Amino acid sequence: MQHVSPVREPLVTGGKTYHDITQDVCRQVEAKPNIRWMAALSVALFFLGIFFYSVYRTLWYGIGEWGLNKTVGWAWDITNFVWWVGIGHAGTLISAVLLLFRQKWRSSINRAAEAMTIFAVICAAMFPVLHMGRPWLAYWVFPFQNTFGSLWVNFNSPLLWDVFAISTYFSVSLVFWYIGLIPDFATIRDRAKGPIAKRAYALLSFGWKGSAKAWSRYETVSLILAGVATPLVLSVHTIVSMDFATSVVPGWHTTIFPPYFVAGAIFSGFAMVLTLMLITRVVFKLEDYITIEHIALMNKIMMITGSIVGVAYITEFFIAWYSQVEFEQYAFINRATGPYWWAYASMMTCNVITPQLVWFRRIRYSIPATFILSIIVNIGMWFERFVIIVTSLHRDYLPSSWVMFSPTWVDIGIYVGTLGLFFTLFLLFAKFFPVVNMAEVKTILKYGVDNGPTYTGHHGHGHQVTPAHQPVAPAIPASAPVNYNKHD
Amino acid sequence: MQESPKYWKGIEELENSPEFAKNAFSEFADFLPVSEKNSSTDATVSPRRDFLKLMGFSLAAATLASCEAPIHKAIPYLNKPEEVDPGIANFYASTYFNGADYNSVLVKTRDGRPIKLEGNPESPITRGGLSARAQASVLSLYDSARLQHFAIKGQQADKDRVDQEIRSKLAATGGKIAIVSPTIISPSTKRAIAEFASRYPTTEHVMYDAQSQSALIQANGGVLPSFDFSKANVIVSIGADFLGTWISPVEHAHQYITNRKVSSEKRTMSRHFQFEPNLSLTGSNADVRVPLKPSEMGQATLALYNEVVGGGSASTYNNAQLKKAASELKANRGRSLVVAGSNDVAIQTLVAAINQSLGNVGAAIDTANPSLLRQGDDARMIRLVNEMNAGSVGAVIFYHANPIYDHPLAAKVKTGIAKVPLSISLNDRLDETGSLCYYAAPDHHYLESWNDYEPKRGSLSLAQPTISPLFATRQAQDSLLTWAGNSQSYYNFLRANWRSILGGNFQQGWDKAVHDGVAAGTLSPASVAPVAASIDINQAISSISRAPKGAGVEFSLYEKVGIGNGFEANNPWLQELPDPISKATWGNYVAVPRDMAVANEWEQGDVVKITANGISIELPVLIQPGQAKGAVSIAVGYGRELAGKVGSKVGANAYPLATVRGNSLQYNGTVTLEKTGAKSPIAQTQTHHTVMDRKPVVQEATLAEYIKNPKEVTEYDKIATPDGLEKPNKVSLWQDYEYKNHHWGMVIDLNSCIGCGACVIGCQVENNIAVVGKQEVINRREMHWLRIDRYYSSDTTKEDFAEKGKLDTYAAMEDPSENPSVIFEPMLCQHCNHAPCETVCPVLATTHSSEGLNQMTYNRCVGTRYCANNCPYKVRRFNWFSYYTNEKFEAVNGHMFTDLGRMVLNPDVTVRARGVMEKCSFCVQRIQLAKLEAKKERRRPVDGEVVTACAQSCPTQAIIFGDLRDPNSRVSQVTRREDGERGFHVLDAINVQPNITYLTKIRNVEPNKELTV
Repeated sequence: MQHVSPVREPLVTGGKTYHDITQDVCRQVEAKPNIRWMAALSVALFFLGIFFYSVYRTLWYGIGEWGLNKTVGWAWDITNFVWWVGIGHAGTLISAVLLLFRQKWRSSINRAAEAMTIFAVICAAMFPVLHMGRPWLAYWVFPFQNTFGSLWVNFNSPLLWDVFAISTYFSVSLVFWYIGLIPDFATIRDRAKGPIAKRAYALLSFGWKGSAKAWSRYETVSLILAGVATPLVLSVHTIVSMDFATSVVPGWHTTIFPPYFVAGAIFSGFAMVLTLMLITRVVFKLEDYITIEHIALMNKIMMITGSIVGVAYITEFFIAWYSQVEFEQYAFINRATGPYWWAYASMMTCNVITPQLVWFRRIRYSIPATFILSIIVNIGMWFERFVIIVTSLHRDYLPSSWVMFSPTWVDIGIYVGTLGLFFTLFLLFAKFFPVVNMAEVKTILKYGVDNGPTYTGHHGHGHQVTPAHQPVAPAIPASAPVNYNKHD
Repeated sequence: MQESPKYWKGIEELENSPEFAKNAFSEFADFLPVSEKNSSTDATVSPRRDFLKLMGFSLAAATLASCEAPIHKAIPYLNKPEEVDPGIANFYASTYFNGADYNSVLVKTRDGRPIKLEGNPESPITRGGLSARAQASVLSLYDSARLQHFAIKGQQADKDRVDQEIRSKLAATGGKIAIVSPTIISPSTKRAIAEFASRYPTTEHVMYDAQSQSALIQANGGVLPSFDFSKANVIVSIGADFLGTWISPVEHAHQYITNRKVSSEKRTMSRHFQFEPNLSLTGSNADVRVPLKPSEMGQATLALYNEVVGGGSASTYNNAQLKKAASELKANRGRSLVVAGSNDVAIQTLVAAINQSLGNVGAAIDTANPSLLRQGDDARMIRLVNEMNAGSVGAVIFYHANPIYDHPLAAKVKTGIAKVPLSISLNDRLDETGSLCYYAAPDHHYLESWNDYEPKRGSLSLAQPTISPLFATRQAQDSLLTWAGNSQSYYNFLRANWRSILGGNFQQGWDKAVHDGVAAGTLSPASVAPVAASIDINQAISSISRAPKGAGVEFSLYEKVGIGNGFEANNPWLQELPDPISKATWGNYVAVPRDMAVANEWEQGDVVKITANGISIELPVLIQPGQAKGAVSIAVGYGRELAGKVGSKVGANAYPLATVRGNSLQYNGTVTLEKTGAKSPIAQTQTHHTVMDRKPVVQEATLAEYIKNPKEVTEYDKIATPDGLEKPNKVSLWQDYEYKNHHWGMVIDLNSCIGCGACVIGCQVENNIAVVGKQEVINRREMHWLRIDRYYSSDTTKEDFAEKGKLDTYAAMEDPSENPSVIFEPMLCQHCNHAPCETVCPVLATTHSSEGLNQMTYNRCVGTRYCANNCPYKVRRFNWFSYYTNEKFEAVNGHMFTDLGRMVLNPDVTVRARGVMEKCSFCVQRIQLAKLEAKKERRRPVDGEVVTACAQSCPTQAIIFGDLRDPNSRVSQVTRREDGERGFHVLDAINVQPNITYLTKIRNVEPNKELTV
C-alpha cells in the first residue's frame, strides 16, 4: 500500500481509466499492421540484409574484409560492441534501479527500455563473435569440460570476464523482461479473437491466472530480479571497460575507466531510450503514458551522466599530465590534436557540450530538441568508443608501427546492419508485444484520487477473466492504489 | 574335316593327369563348405550358412574399413638413398652468384628438397653471412615461370633437335659468334666457353654488368681491387653503397663492422664519411653523411684529391665535412680507404691516386688478390651492339644476360638481335631478351648445378646440385660443351679442371672441397697483367674540370638491396622485402627531397612523368629525407616485362634512363619531372619515420661519450617507490617464472646492425611466412615476424618543449631532418617474461614456456587479436585471410598454392590458418632439434648449437642467441658485460621484462652537433 500525494503531477495524463490503458496498449497488438509500421519494417529488413551480406563476406573471406591492420587490431567491431552494450544499460537502469528507488514514472517506459536492452545486447553480442578470426570456435571461450586435456580458459583475461558479464547480463535482462510481460500477455490472450493469437499468447503468458498468489510472486520475483540486475548495471560496463583498463596500451591503461564507462553507458542508453520513445509514443499514440514529464526527467539524467563523462575526459588529461609518463601524455595529446582530432572534437561536442543545453527548461521540454539531442548523444558516444579504441592503438609505443585506420564498406555494412537488426527486432516487439507495461501503469494511475471510488461501468478490462473459483482475488498488483475497485 | 583348335585352361589340363581328372569337375575346392551337410559333429567344417554369414561380415567390415579418411601419399623409400632420412635435414655447401652478389652458402635440404639457405661459416669471404637476395634464391628454384623445356621461338622443342640445329647453324655461320653474359667468376665456365671458342674460333665472350664497374677496373690497371674495410680507420665513400649493393656487400659489411664493434674494453671504431645523392644503406650507417648532387661527385673527388694529394686544378666543391674527411685521411695514412661508386673513369682515377698517396694500397686495398666480382666491359658490349646492328654478328648467345631489360641501349639490342641469324638464350626463362631469341636452351637453377667460383683470386668455392633438375632444362655449360662437340659432362669437365689445384689425392681433396664448399687456390689464368690506367691523372683532372655543371634537376639510378638489378624480380620475398631506407615494397618510385616536393606541390604517391634522354617513365613520388637537393633518385630492377606473374609490371624500368657516355654506362644525368595528376600509393611497411625522441624505444650515443664513461651512454628508466627510485623490475604484480633448464635470450647490437634485411628474409624462409602483396602492404598487413624499424632523426627534440610548447614540438618531431641520421632497430617478439599478450588471451592460446619462450598455439587461437593490441612492440601478425587458398593471393604467394612451390616450405613449421595470430617463436623448431640432438648424446646443448634463422644469416653478427641460464654462453656474457653500459630493454619501464637485450648504438661523430649536418 502506498500513498500518492494529491498535489503530485499525475504520471499518466489525459484522464485515462484502467480500461483506456488496456485499450490503448492493446490497440496496435490487435489491429492490422499499419502502413507506417510496414514501411519501417521494410527499411529495417533492408539493413538487416546488408548485415547478413557483410557477415557473409567476413565469414567467407576473413577479417581481412575489414579495415583493421597489424597495429589497429580492433576498431569498428569493438566500438560497436561497447556502444551497443552501453545502450542496453538504460533499460536495466530504468527497470531495476528505478524500481528499487521507487521511481514510479519508470512504469510506462520500462517495458520498451528493457526490450531495447535485450535487442541492444543481441546486437552487441554479434561483435565479440564476428570479430574473432575463427568464430566457429567461439565456444572455446566458455569454460566447458573438454577433451583438450588440461587446456581451459584464461581467467586472467578480461575478454573471458566479458563472456561472463555479457551472458549474465543478457540472461537476467531477458528473464526480468519476460516476467514483466506475462501478466500483459495474459491480458492480450484474454482479449484475443483469432485462434492463432489466442494460442500464441496463451503459450507466451505461461498460463497466468492473475491469482493473488501469482501477483504476490510476480512482485517478489520482480524485486529479486531488480536486486540481481542492479549490480549488473554497474558490473557489465565495468568489466567491458577492463578490456581496456587492464591493458598496457597508453590511453587504455586507465583506472578511471569503470565509473567513466558506466556513466557513459547510462548516458548513451538514455539517449537511445529517448530516441525510441519519442518515435513510439507518436506512432502508437501513447503520449498520455510517455509524457513530456518523462522526457524532461530523462533529459536530466542524460545531462548528469553526460557531465560525469565530461569530467572523466578532463580527468584523463589531468592524470596523463600528472603521471609524467611520456607515452601517456602523447596518447592524449595525439587524441586531441593528432590525425584523429576530428573524432575527438566530435566526441567532445556531442557528449559534453550539447547535453548542457538541457539546463534550459525550454529545451528540456521540447520534443524536437530532445530528439535531436538524443541522436547527437548517440553519435557522440559512438565516437567516444572509436576515440578510445582507435586513437589509442594507432599510435602507441613504437612510432615505427604507427598507422591510420580506415573502415571498409564491410565494416560499415556490419554496423548499419546491426542497426537494421535492432530495429527489426524492436518493430516486431512493438507490433506484437505490449510496449507499455499495462499492469504496472495501472498502479500509478491517479484515477481514484481524482474520481473517487466509483464503478466506471466499463467492460473489457484485461483482468475480467478472473476465474470464478477465486472470486476475491485481486487482479491487479498488491501495490495498486487504495481505492481500487475490485469488480472492474 | 578340319579339327577345331583346342584351348587348355592350363598345363594340367593338357597333361590330363589322374589327379587333374579327379578334380576337374568339382568347381569348388573341398575346403569350401558349399554343400548343405549338417554334419555338425565335424567342428572343422562350417556349414554353408556360416560361410555366408562370415562372408557377409567380412564384406561389411571391409566396406566400413574403406570408409576411413583419405589416405595421403606417404610412400616409404623402397631403396632408401644414402643420407636421406625422413624428417632429418641435410646441409650441402654451395655457392650463390647471380652476376652481382656473391655468397658461399649451405643448402638445407629435407627429403631431397632444398628449403633454406644459410651462410657458410667456412667461407673466408662471406663468413657465414648471407644477403637477402641469396636467402631468397631458394624460392627461385621452384619458380614456375622458369622455362621448363627447350624451345624454338618460344614453343616447346625437342632437345636433340635444338642441339642439332644449333650445331649446324653455328658451323655454318660466317660472322662473329658472341656469348653475352654478366660477370662470370666461374673458372670452369670460362674454360667451357674457351672450349666452345676453340671449336668456333670467331667466338667472343662479352661480359657486361648492369651495375658496371668498368671505370673502377680501368682506373686500377685492369683489375678490380679487393677492399678490406676492417683495415681502415677512416672510410670515405663518394657514392659507393658498399654495404648494400656495391661489388660484395656481405663481405664488406663484415669487414666494416669488425672495426666498429665496441665494448668497454675496445672503445674505438672507424669513422665513416659518405658523400652521396640518395640516402643509401651505406650512407645511413655513416657517421658523417653529406648529400651532394650526382654532378658534384667529380668536383668533390677533385676537392678531396686537392686536400689529400694536392696539385689538381681548383675544385668548385667546398664543404667543411670534406675538409674534415681529408684531414682525418691524412692523419690515418695506410689505415684509411676512399671508394667511389661512380662509373666515371676520371673520378675513379683520382680516387685511386688518393688511395695510392695515402698508402692504402697493400693495406685496405689489395690489388695482388683482386676481386673478380665485376669483369664487365662497357665498351665491348657497346661495340657488340653496334656490330649486331651492322650485321657482322652471325650468332649471339645470351647467358643470364638480359640487355633488352637492363642495358641503356636496349632498343639497339632489339634491332640487333633481329639482324643476327642465330640467337640463342640460355636464360632461365623467356625473359625480355630470351623471348626475342630463336632458340632457348634454359639453364638449370644453380641449386641443380655443378659449378665453381673464384670471387677473389685465390679463393675458390663450389656449387653442387642439391636436387634433381625439376624441369627439362640443361646446365648452360653442358649446352656450350655439347655445341662445341665435347661429349664430356660439365661435372667431369669441372673435376678435370680442378685436378691442377687439388693435386695429390684428388678424390680426397675434391671431397673436402665439395664438403666445405670453399677451397684455397686459383683457377683463373695467371695472365691478368696489370694494364696501364687508361687515362692519367692530369687527364682525369681536366676531364672533371671540363665536365658540364649540372643544370636543372639531376637524377641518379641506384640498386635496391632486395631487388638489385632485377634478375630475381619474380621472387615475391624480395619484392616484399622493405627497402632498408624508405621501407617501400613492391615497386620503385622517384625519391625527391622535401623542398622539391613542396616547391612543385607534389605529395607522396603523386605520379610524375620522368623524362631523360627522350625517354619517359611514370613513377610515384616518395619524399626522401637525405636526398640531395636538386636531385632525384630512382631504383632500377623494377618494371620487368617478362619476369613472371610476380615480378612483371611492378614499378617502372629505369634502366633506359641510363646513358652511354664515352663508351661507358652512366647512371645519372638531368631529368624533367612533370606531375600527371594520377596517384599511385607506395606500399611502405613504416609510414611514421621519426622516433619522437623516445629514449626508451631506441638509444644512441657518441663515441666521445662512450670513451668518457661507458656507464653513461644509456638511459635507464627508474620507477619511484617508497624506497626511492628503483629499476622497473623491482616493482611487479606478477610472480616470476622459474626456469629450471634453459632460458633462451637474445642480444641485438644496434651498433652492428646495418639494416640490410638479410634476417627478414631468413626468418621468412625458415618460418613459412606468407607474402601478402602490394595492396595488403598498403593496408598495413605485411606478415614479417621480424622487421627492421628505421628511424630518422628530427631537428626537434623534447628539449624544445619549453621554447616551442608541447603541441608544436610533438608536431615538429614527426618531421625528419633534411639530412637525418638513421638508426636501425630489428624488432621481433621480445619473449617477455611478463608478457602482456599472455594475460589477455581468453583461450590460453599464447602461453609462457618453461624455457622463457612466449609460445603461440595456433590450433588454440580463436583470433580475438587482443594479444596484438596489447603487445607494446606490435610484433604479432594476424592471418587476415587464408593466404594459401584465397585466390587474391595466388599471384604473390603462389608458392603456397602449388605442389611445386610448396616444396620450399619448411616441414617443421605449420602454415598458419586464416584467423589465427602468429609471431616470432625464437625458431623453436631449431631449439627443439638442438635439444634432441644433445639428448641423444646425453649432454646439454652447447652454446652456439641453437642459432635462430635471423642470427644465422646476419652478415655482421649483430644478433646473438643463446641460453641465459648458461653463465658461459655468449648471450649471457654479453648481457652481463653490457648491463649498465650499453644493454637496455626496449620500453623497460612498462616492466614486461623482455628476453631480448639491445645494445646502444654508438656513433663516431664529433660531440658537437654542428658537424653532423
